[in-house]
Amino acid sequence: MPAVNRRRRRRLAAFKTVVYVVLGLFFLLPIAAMVEFATRGVGLTSPRTLAAFTSIGSDPELVDAITASLELAVITSVGMLALLLPTMIWIRLRVPRMVRPLELVCLTPLTIPAIVLVVGFAPLYNWIEINVSDSILMLAFAYLILVLPYCYRALDAGLSAVDIRTLSEAARSLGASWGTVMWRIIVPNMSSAVSNACLLCVAVVLGEFTVANLLNFENLQVAISILGTGNARDSIALAVLSLVFVFFFLLLLSFLGRALSRRRGGAARA
Amino acid sequence: MRRPLRGRLRISTTWLGAAPFLVYSGVFLALPTVLVAVGAFSGPHGPTLANLAQLSQPYVVSAFLNSLLLSAVSASVGAVVGAVLAYAVATGSPDGIIRRLVTALCGVLSQFGGVTLAFAFIATIGTEGFIVIWLQQHGITFYPNGVWLYSLTGLTLIYTYFEIPLMVIVFMPALDGVRPQWREATDTLGGGTWSYWRHVAGPLLTPAFLGAWLLLFANAFSAYATAAALLDIGGVIVPLQISRAFSSEVGLNQANFAAALALGMVVIVAIITTLYARLQRRSARWLPR
Repeated sequence: MPAVNRRRRRRLAAFKTVVYVVLGLFFLLPIAAMVEFATRGVGLTSPRTLAAFTSIGSDPELVDAITASLELAVITSVGMLALLLPTMIWIRLRVPRMVRPLELVCLTPLTIPAIVLVVGFAPLYNWIEINVSDSILMLAFAYLILVLPYCYRALDAGLSAVDIRTLSEAARSLGASWGTVMWRIIVPNMSSAVSNACLLCVAVVLGEFTVANLLNFENLQVAISILGTGNARDSIALAVLSLVFVFFFLLLLSFLGRALSRRRGGAARA
Repeated sequence: MRRPLRGRLRISTTWLGAAPFLVYSGVFLALPTVLVAVGAFSGPHGPTLANLAQLSQPYVVSAFLNSLLLSAVSASVGAVVGAVLAYAVATGSPDGIIRRLVTALCGVLSQFGGVTLAFAFIATIGTEGFIVIWLQQHGITFYPNGVWLYSLTGLTLIYTYFEIPLMVIVFMPALDGVRPQWREATDTLGGGTWSYWRHVAGPLLTPAFLGAWLLLFANAFSAYATAAALLDIGGVIVPLQISRAFSSEVGLNQANFAAALALGMVVIVAIITTLYARLQRRSARWLPR
C-alpha cells in the first residue's frame, strides 16, 4: 500500500508541475507582454523607457478618469454598506421568511447581463442628467446594483458565521438601540466579511466598462479603451497599473481575511 | 389595551426597515428590466412586434449564432482546463501559498477581464505583439494565414483567459467536497485510478461540472468589454449589436431594437439559469457546499 501511495503521489506531483508551468505561462505571458509593450521606446532600437507610465500623471483627462473611478469605488462601497448591510441584518432578525426573497433579488444582477441592464438604465439616466446632475459620480447608482450579488455573498457568509440573534437580544436587553446593535455589536463581529465586500466592490467598480461606455461617461476603463485607439503603448501602461493595483488589493484581502479569522480563533480559545 | 396598537406598529416598522433597499432595487433593478421588456414591444406609434420581427434578419441571427458558438467553445475549454487546474490546487495544502496565490490570481483575472485583457492580448499576439515580433526575429511567421486575433477566433482565445479562473473559483468547492475516504474505499474494494474516476468521482462531480459550464457559458454570453475594445466597430456578437443599435443616432426605433436584442439575450440567459439551478440541486445532494 505505501508503495502504491508513493507512486501515486509522485505521479500527482509531476502532473501538478506540468499544469502550473503550462497555465502559468498562459496567464503570465500576456501580463509580461503588456509590461514589455508599455516600456518600449519609440523606435525599434531605442532603449526601454518608462515614459508611458510617467505620462499618465500629466494627462488631465486621464487623471480625471482615474479620480472618478476611485471616487466611484469609495461611494459605491459606502453606499452598499449603508443600504445592504442594515437590510440584511434587519431581515434576518425581524422577518426571517424574507431571507430567501432578498437573496433572490440580490443575485438577480448576475443573471441579467450588464449590457442588457444598461439599455434599461438609459431612460433613468436621461432623467437623472436633466433633474439631478450629469456628473460621472451618478454612475454609483448603477454600480450599486452591479455589486449587489458579490457583496451579498460576502456579507451573507459573515452573517452566517455570527449568532446575530443572541448578540442582538443580549444587546437589546441591556438597553442598546438598533443602531448600536448594528454598528457596534454585529459589524465588529464580522469585520472580515465587511472588508471582503468592500474590496470586491472596489474591484468591480475599477474594472467596470460596459455601463460607463454606453452611458457616455469616461471612467478608468473607458479612458484606457479610448487611449488605446490612438496610443496603444500608453493605454497598455495604464492597464498594467490598474491590474497590478487590483491584484495587490485582492491579495491583501486574502491575507487580511486569514489574519482576522486566526485572531478570532485565538480569542475564542483564550 | 396597548396590544393591538403595538401589533399594528410592529408590522409597519418591520417593513420600514427593509423599505430603503426595496425602493432602491425597485427603481434601479426592477424598473430598468421592465423598461427593456416594454421597450422591446413599443414603437413610434404604440405597441408593436416590429422590433422582435427585426431579430429574424440574417445579420442578427448570425450575431446570435456567433455569440452561442463563442460562449460554447470558450466555456468548454475553460471548464476542462479550469477543472484540471482546480484539481491540482485542491490536492495541495489547503492553507498553502500556492492555493492562496492561485485563488487571489483567479479572483482578479476572472473579474478584471474586459478592456485590460483585450490590450494584454494585443501586446502579446497583436501584429506588433511580443510573441509575434520574437518569432519573427527567429524566422517564424506567427500568422501565416492572416491575423485572426481581431476576429471571433481571437475573441474565443481571450475569453478562455477569464473562463479558466472563473472555473477554478466555481469548481473548487465541489472538489473540496470530495473526501479522501472515497478513494480509500475504492482502493479497498480493489479499484484503480480509472475505476475511481469512472464510477466514483466522475459521477459525483458531473452535476457540479455541468453547472459550472453553464455559469461559464452565461458569463461569456454576457461579456461585452473585451469585444468592444478589440473589435470596436461591427456587430459580430449580440452585445456589440446592442451597443451599435444603442449608440446609433438614427432614431428612437434603434433604441427599441436594442431593447429587443436585450430581451433576446435575457431569454437565453434565463434558460441557462434555470438549468443551472436544477443542476445545483442535484450536486448539493452529495457535495455539501
